Amino acid sequence: MKEYQTITEVSGPLVFAEVDEPIGYDEIVEIETPSGETKRGQVLESESGVVAIQVFEGTEGINREASVRFLGETMKMPVTEDLLGRVLDGSGRPIDGGPDIVPDERRDIVGEAINPYSREYPEEFIQTGVSAIDGMNTLVRGQKLPIFSSSGQPHSDLALQIARQASVPEDASDEDEEDSEFAVIFGAMGITQEEANEFMQDFERTGALERSVVFMNLADDPAVERTVTPRMALTTAEYLAFDKDYHVLVILTDMTNYCEALREIGAAREEVPGRRGYPGYMYTDLAQLYERAGRIEGEEGSVTQIPILTMPSDDITHPIPDLTGYITEGQIIVDPDLNSQGVEPPINVLPSLSRLMDDGIGEGLTREDHGDVSDQLYAAYAEGEDLRDLVNIVGREALSERDNRFLDFADRFEEEFVQQGFTTDREIEETLDVGWDLLSTLPRDELNRIDEELIEEHYEDEAAEELSAD
Amino acid sequence: MSTTTDTDSVREDGQIESVSGPVVTATGLEARMNDVVYVGTEGLMGEVIEIEGDITTIQVYEETSGVAPGEPVENTGAPLSVDLGPGLLDTIYDGVQRPLDELEELMGSAFLDRGVDAPGIDLDRTWEFTPTVEEGDAVEPGDVLGTVPETESIEHKVLVPPRSEGGEVVAANSGSFDVEETVVELDSGEEISMRQEWPVRRQRPAEEKRTPREPLVSGQRIQDGLFPLAKGGTAAIPGPFGSGKTVTQQQLAKWADADIVVYIGCGERGNEMTEVIEDFPDLEDPKTGKPLMARTCLIANTSNMPVAARESCIYTGITIAEYYRDMGYDVALMADSTSRWAEAMREISSRLEEMPGEEGYPAYLAARLAEFYERAGKFETINGDEGSISAIGAVSPPGGDFSEPVTQNTLRIVKTFWALDSDLAERRHFPAINWNESYSLYRSQLDDWFVENVDEDWPEVRQWAIDTLDEEDELQEIVQLVGRDALPADQQLTLEVARYLREAFLQQNALHDVDTFCPPEKAFRILEGIQTFNDEAFEALDAGVPIDEITDIDAVNRLNRIGTTPDDEADEFVSEIEDDVAAELQELY
Ligand SMILES: Nc1ncnc2c1ncn2[C@@H]1O[C@H](COP(=O)(O)OP(=O)(O)OP(=O)(O)O)[C@@H](O)[C@H]1O
Ligand SMILES: [Mg+2]
Repeated sequence: MKEYQTITEVSGPLVFAEVDEPIGYDEIVEIETPSGETKRGQVLESESGVVAIQVFEGTEGINREASVRFLGETMKMPVTEDLLGRVLDGSGRPIDGGPDIVPDERRDIVGEAINPYSREYPEEFIQTGVSAIDGMNTLVRGQKLPIFSSSGQPHSDLALQIARQASVPEDASDEDEEDSEFAVIFGAMGITQEEANEFMQDFERTGALERSVVFMNLADDPAVERTVTPRMALTTAEYLAFDKDYHVLVILTDMTNYCEALREIGAAREEVPGRRGYPGYMYTDLAQLYERAGRIEGEEGSVTQIPILTMPSDDITHPIPDLTGYITEGQIIVDPDLNSQGVEPPINVLPSLSRLMDDGIGEGLTREDHGDVSDQLYAAYAEGEDLRDLVNIVGREALSERDNRFLDFADRFEEEFVQQGFTTDREIEETLDVGWDLLSTLPRDELNRIDEELIEEHYEDEAAEELSAD
Repeated sequence: MSTTTDTDSVREDGQIESVSGPVVTATGLEARMNDVVYVGTEGLMGEVIEIEGDITTIQVYEETSGVAPGEPVENTGAPLSVDLGPGLLDTIYDGVQRPLDELEELMGSAFLDRGVDAPGIDLDRTWEFTPTVEEGDAVEPGDVLGTVPETESIEHKVLVPPRSEGGEVVAANSGSFDVEETVVELDSGEEISMRQEWPVRRQRPAEEKRTPREPLVSGQRIQDGLFPLAKGGTAAIPGPFGSGKTVTQQQLAKWADADIVVYIGCGERGNEMTEVIEDFPDLEDPKTGKPLMARTCLIANTSNMPVAARESCIYTGITIAEYYRDMGYDVALMADSTSRWAEAMREISSRLEEMPGEEGYPAYLAARLAEFYERAGKFETINGDEGSISAIGAVSPPGGDFSEPVTQNTLRIVKTFWALDSDLAERRHFPAINWNESYSLYRSQLDDWFVENVDEDWPEVRQWAIDTLDEEDELQEIVQLVGRDALPADQQLTLEVARYLREAFLQQNALHDVDTFCPPEKAFRILEGIQTFNDEAFEALDAGVPIDEITDIDAVNRLNRIGTTPDDEADEFVSEIEDDVAAELQELY
């Protein structure tokens, strides 16, 4: 392996060096600064004679005297089942003081695309114990379902709740799948030490760490490293899922920090920026992460992703949530208004959506009435929510009795269905029953989205009468 | 792709000079524009996209990690082409026509490795060829030489290749052949097999373009009823994420009365393609009763697959569509999403350091979009037959804002515009096609067909529906301010009628077994049913019946259940509702 002392330019996270041998695109580079510090980087552009290198750990301390070594391979993640229970830094090195990791294999972190022909369509219900998700925006194994939040919101509590409670109900899972275990991969990008502590404490307290692998790139870690962290995490996830048969839940937070890092690199390379300064290829780049979720025909395991992002200025049309939404299979929206009303978790079900819900629910999967109940709850809540605007103008008295019922329904839906606390774990039956309690406050003939027979079975006549009596 | 499956040793026609993502430059290469080349020691497939002095720029259709300057580049000397012949249907390809099932087998993995090539059509499989020409017949390019039962529902026609000289048939062999064996021989010495190649970036010739006068009946009420697409027409479906572009395209792929469907997943989700592969074999074509997959060709270049192959998948798709058009078939082509295609162009263009146009897209964006949609149309084929390609492109505008370049340039070309709306989607009004913004410029030229084949009152009833919806739109603005009860009774009634138009007619549940497909006759009956209610209700109102009592009648609610009523019971069901509405209203007088 040759060493070069040929750096010609250092600019932001980029270093340019002259070489006299062919260097592969994407190859890993080690740069040793005159003070003896070693930094890692990756070849961004390779021409005969010169290469552009993107340095992960920041370029401070690098000068013309620094030496450059090309390792002759692309970035790898050492994978083994022993990673479970371990805490690693953003580049995959242990930081928990535990033993060295003896890898089973070293895998390229870029990952190959799953052949669409080899995929299996995701349709197994995952019970998160959160009504707003299970009842209204059901998550299935192999799905990628992000949480769109904004700064200062309790999205971490929600993510932790899901990681803790996620399970596949007994009767819904196949007999022969008993062997598949649940694992959580947690990839943190640019989160604060405080947030990181919160996560770690929760993981340790609940014993979740044992079945988890944690990757930590903190706010004061190099930004460029953030582009590597999720790939390390997903490579580990794929290994556990498709080589070791685990059902892996990957939580990536905060994707906004990841995208900021992409923007920074793009700017340093003087690329023509796309919308709001983010690189034009950000869609493709994000897709290369999010598409690493799924099920594969003939494999026991699965990779399910819950990426978390904070929407800059709470704007869903901002390129980060926008491009994410174009790739993922729905989104769960955390709503600051509900949060300030004290609703836990503050999920607004109206703009939320799980696109894979329909195939994962119903008879034999969750319950026969699930689809209809969910539709009807949604429609009734939407109607009530609409009326709130009007009420502000004309007052409640000016509205019809029918309208008033829908207004009440919307309030109770938030207070009883969505609100459950971050520690309550609701079975799907319970979620649906709460739904029927609420629907039963509406006149029976308003339930036009539910099959007559199901209404017959579940509608509670007294509830509506009671209400009209007072 | 065809050419070679052996990329073990790459011949050194030139050498790599630089690598930057999907763009590689080479020196010493004697290549022409759009030639296919094999890049690096692994022989990654690429295409020449720029030549400047001794520097040849190549876009590479596979991942380039680890590829280094100095590695060899081999020129095949042939432009990027597709293999045409029996076996295209019931198949799923990647963006450069490699069959994905083949790749799974060759790679021995569910993950896409690189440097593996496979022919677009199976070279070993044999087909029953029945000649339709005899010795001594004179044939010209485009003429049908014989037929092959390609799938349960499609008879494949073997044509004299467009670039053939034609001549007299000296031998026409019937029997079982593989695609490379000669089936017909001409006096010129030309030997014609079932397999042909065609360069994807070149339009296949046709005699002339004609005005389309038949609708592509989609079984989707809002489309057939209000914004119809012609067989041979063009349509765009723009909309923000989650508004229903993919579901709408899949609905068309399932239920439209086309003979052949080419479905291109361009830079979208892997699971969506899997869904098609899993669902289509079990679904029946409402026209033929045969599995839908038997008429479908899928092209999947998902968002995580190499971006250069995303650029080419659109061309691969349209060329296959043209091939079936030449056999006289009506082809429907869906591209989900043309925005991802445009972004692929942008990415390649920026790597080439071309002068960026609007929002970074290359200046030739508009021209490329126009070229693509121009390849759609109703054609007289070169053998005098008629075939059509209907092209339907999804557009994914950033932030759902239609003022961006891809939407705008597309709207300048296409004649049907199905505007998806996030408000409607959020209200779960599906399909979330905004009826105020959408349009179809084919409406009047298709009226004759609907009058003749569905009902003579089609145009009038449709106009009534449109007018009522327009009126509702205006009234809604007032309602926002003062509430519904402040409106005069007749306007309240209009709102009520419009509500049924929205709920019973415009809304259609793609996920419901019955509602997913609605024949135009049934769609018309629903409109009639609502119109009957309208007429009787206004009569009652004029006779002094209070509005609340009118809107409260029981029967009218059932209008919303027509969609899910089985097709053969729908007519009677509507009649019942009509009778009950009349009877209930009578009682109120
Ligand atoms: N006609 C319909 N009937 C029922 N549900 C529908 C219909 N159209 C859309 N939906 C619902 O909307 C969801 C999103 O639709 P779809 O996936 O087609 O959106 P899209 O516009 O393609 O989004 P993206 O740009 O992210 O790909 C579907 O998963 C489904 O739940
Ligand atoms: Mg889509």
